Amino acid sequence: MGDFLVWVVWVLAAFACLGSGIAVVTFSNPFYSALALIANLASLAVLYLLLAAEFVAAAQVLVYAGAVMVMFLFVIAYVGQRADTVWTGGPSWQFVGGVLAGGAILVEVIIAIGLGASGRLRDEADIDAAFGSPAEIGRLFLTDHLLAFEVTSIVLLVAAVGGVVLGGQSRRAPEEEASLGR
Amino acid sequence: MMGPEIPLYLTVASFLFATGALGVLLRRNPLIVLLSLEIMLNGANLAFISFARRLGDGDGQIFAVTVMAVAASEVVVGLGLVVALHRRDLELDVDRLSTLRG
Repeated sequence: MGDFLVWVVWVLAAFACLGSGIAVVTFSNPFYSALALIANLASLAVLYLLLAAEFVAAAQVLVYAGAVMVMFLFVIAYVGQRADTVWTGGPSWQFVGGVLAGGAILVEVIIAIGLGASGRLRDEADIDAAFGSPAEIGRLFLTDHLLAFEVTSIVLLVAAVGGVVLGGQSRRAPEEEASLGR
Repeated sequence: MMGPEIPLYLTVASFLFATGALGVLLRRNPLIVLLSLEIMLNGANLAFISFARRLGDGDGQIFAVTVMAVAASEVVVGLGLVVALHRRDLELDVDRLSTLRG
């Protein structure tokens, strides 16, 4: 019975995840795309929970679906809803090339996983209740992965400075603006 | 382990990655390109967490959290660029942005 319930949750989350992913790519309005991405991130958090990654699931909902997507929605509202120009006049070489490249990536990933680990992927390791808990993640971050932890803080600082430099620029003088070749 | 096995999770992850790659390659609005990039990163994250579960090792989850931080930084810089483009009244179309072309 418990196994059946897990399967039901998995099927719902996986199809919600793939469907909202396709929706993000196909919607012409960026606002709807961003809303679909929130659904995508939430259903991914469910999959993370099924994989015993409680802390990552919580961080996904709080940081990603919360903070990052709110920033996205703010910028989309600020820039205004300019819908993408609709594709006209048959598949161009760009469209065909893009679909071919995307399909090639998919096939490559599946072949790489299938060849590299044929059959060996099925037997999962036994884990205890602490696996994926905040305490375990914190222990790993402060012992084995201390360098990654510290470097991440520098990356975030640099990104914050970059965001201020790019976004906080005061308007240029009109003559300088005119000299910029459009 | 109850429920589906690891290869099914990896299949979902690779489909997500390919969907995001299609979006990055085909869409011309930089905002949607950024959103598709997020889908690619999340596909990679799902693979990391699946392998962490398979190996019973927390390192994959650590990597996933780090990827989240990098994704947040990338969004800040990308959205900063979009706002800067908007302020100069440039068209939001990655095919027509040639100002920085060398």
